Amino acid sequence: MKMKHLLVAFIVLGLAIAMPVPIFSQVKSDTIKIGAFLPMTGGVAAYGQGTWQGIQAARDMKPTIFGKKVELFLADDKSDKIEAANAVTRLIEKEKVVAIIGSSISGNTMAGAPIAEKAGVPIISPTATNPLVTQGKKYIFRVCFIDPFQGEMAAKYAYETLKKRKAALIIDKAQDYCVGLADFFEKSFTKLGGQIVAKTYCQTGDKDFTAQLSAIKAKNPDVLYMPNYYTEVALAMKQAKDLGLNLPVLSGDGAQDKALIDIGKQYVEGLMLTGHFEKEAASTPLAKQFIPLYEKKYGKVGTFDVMGADAYFVLTDAIERAKSTDGAKIRAALANTKNFKGVSGTITIGEDGNAIKSLVIVQVRGGDFRYVATVEPAGAKPEPKK
Amino acid sequence: MKVAPFCERNESGEAFLDLTFFLQQMINGVALGSLYGLIAIGYTMVYGIIRLINFAHGDVMMMGCYFAYFGILMFSLPWWVAFPVAMLLTAALGMLIDKGAYVPVRNAPRISALITAIGVSFLLENLGLVVFGGRPKGFETPAMFNEVYELAGLRFPALVLWTPLLTLAILGIILLIIYRTKTGRAMRCISNDMETTKLMGVDVNRIISITFAVGSAAAAAGGIMWAMRYPEINPLMGIIPGFKAFVAAVLGGIGNITGAMLGGLLLGIAEILLVALMPELAGYRDAVAFGLLILILLFRPTGLMGTKLPD
Repeated sequence: MKMKHLLVAFIVLGLAIAMPVPIFSQVKSDTIKIGAFLPMTGGVAAYGQGTWQGIQAARDMKPTIFGKKVELFLADDKSDKIEAANAVTRLIEKEKVVAIIGSSISGNTMAGAPIAEKAGVPIISPTATNPLVTQGKKYIFRVCFIDPFQGEMAAKYAYETLKKRKAALIIDKAQDYCVGLADFFEKSFTKLGGQIVAKTYCQTGDKDFTAQLSAIKAKNPDVLYMPNYYTEVALAMKQAKDLGLNLPVLSGDGAQDKALIDIGKQYVEGLMLTGHFEKEAASTPLAKQFIPLYEKKYGKVGTFDVMGADAYFVLTDAIERAKSTDGAKIRAALANTKNFKGVSGTITIGEDGNAIKSLVIVQVRGGDFRYVATVEPAGAKPEPKK
Repeated sequence: MKVAPFCERNESGEAFLDLTFFLQQMINGVALGSLYGLIAIGYTMVYGIIRLINFAHGDVMMMGCYFAYFGILMFSLPWWVAFPVAMLLTAALGMLIDKGAYVPVRNAPRISALITAIGVSFLLENLGLVVFGGRPKGFETPAMFNEVYELAGLRFPALVLWTPLLTLAILGIILLIIYRTKTGRAMRCISNDMETTKLMGVDVNRIISITFAVGSAAAAAGGIMWAMRYPEINPLMGIIPGFKAFVAAVLGGIGNITGAMLGGLLLGIAEILLVALMPELAGYRDAVAFGLLILILLFRPTGLMGTKLPD
């Protein structure tokens, strides 16, 4: 018994000596800690994987902020809202990061936002497009456009350029992104004079859409709007062709990942979508510098990779301007971002922390994403480039 | 909530009965249901013999898909070689899991084995994430399985015809093994009384190992059919089909192999009809599957074809 007590005493003593060391090193840290919470696994893992590569490549390009090394911390949100909230808590409380990049999708970003908001740590999302993500939030920003713009442009493209009048929808009810985008599309499409002839629903993780597609086929639409994530879009397009439903399909930025083509193969040919970026349209000096560097290490650059890099560049630029790692000062600098020439285009952070920027219309042709047109945020009619 | 009627009016206002719509949805239901059934067969067989709910079954199925994927992609095997090889590898994996995880708890209370099965399930999922990565992969479906046949306005993808056939074939093979071979007789004995079977001089561990091999090979077959119909594979893909197969197995009477197939078909058709008839409730299709499970457990715990369970 005596030995046991002695042992316990030694362990306690040891802990007491060891404890102050990490606290001390955190105060006098020589690095700037930036966190990222991204879906590295689960239903939308491809976004997180690409975005993380983009962030790392961007860090390799710009490894220091005012002489201090940037240290990155990754937390996997597992494509799940609860895990996203946990990830943000961990980054703030355990890793003590000064700012956070993430997450890839709207629902997860919204789940993590209140925690960062309360802690006063800025979050900058690369690709969460639902307007509610930043609404009423002081510390939440994004480097992408928002869904009202995206939905309206998709509706205009379907109505004016493709001359379609009867649209059908497949909406993932579990995703704020899909519900929001479908709603904005519907409003704009009916306002233009079009008609929504079929509205069907699914749930994240569904693999079988034959029931919805058969119902859609019975309604005879001439265009299908499917603002879901890549897996759902790819599987649904295959099943649509199996069911003999041959019509143009439009989608949102969530479909623009290599995984869409890996899964959908010949079945996703012809899919059109509104996206953040397409390599063929890249023009900024930063893009010309970043893309070759990225491609040397990871292969062909994709949208989510680029958006991850832009979140990093915009954030580090703000920290530099803030000349501080204080949350409130970074926040003020982020809100003041004007005409930042990012990889995906020119980014100005407007009201509510949203980026004001153009979108590109992209089509799947020959097993790759191809650039079709650029639409400016003023809301001009999409003009085909060639 | 609006129930979509079968009888609708077309644009000129005349009513027509949409039989094609209904039949097409039934085809969709059978296609999905036979996949559930195929996966459920292996599930229920293992349960029937050693009374272990093998929660890792869905993840074994996932491994089968990856074996087939790598066989086709990395070793450029033709599908008729790659698929049987994948099934054999998965069978070996099943035996390995049995040796490593289930043999040590063979004589422990049943709950320990169940918890071990959950552990194996997490192990396989996370191993998959580390080895294969979280990014989903597109499964290469052989061209002949991508064909679509059309008959009287109804569309039959080739897989809709192949899956029930394969399910029946595997069902036949498993029934043949259980009722017509010596190993099968030993399996039935173990299911009745493991201790006495041991006393009769049967190598119980070997027979259980074979049970796992057959069950895992059936899981691989189910997984490959699944991956061809829904050509996206990722390390977590086994979770939902695994649960659905469990529901199908309970629905049919857990332990009853023919019942598992029927349970799968019923579940598939029920899911499709829910989405087809009540589109607004489409988000609840998984809830329906699990609701069905609760109802069955409450009112007919032995399932549709099950006999009374020994305690």
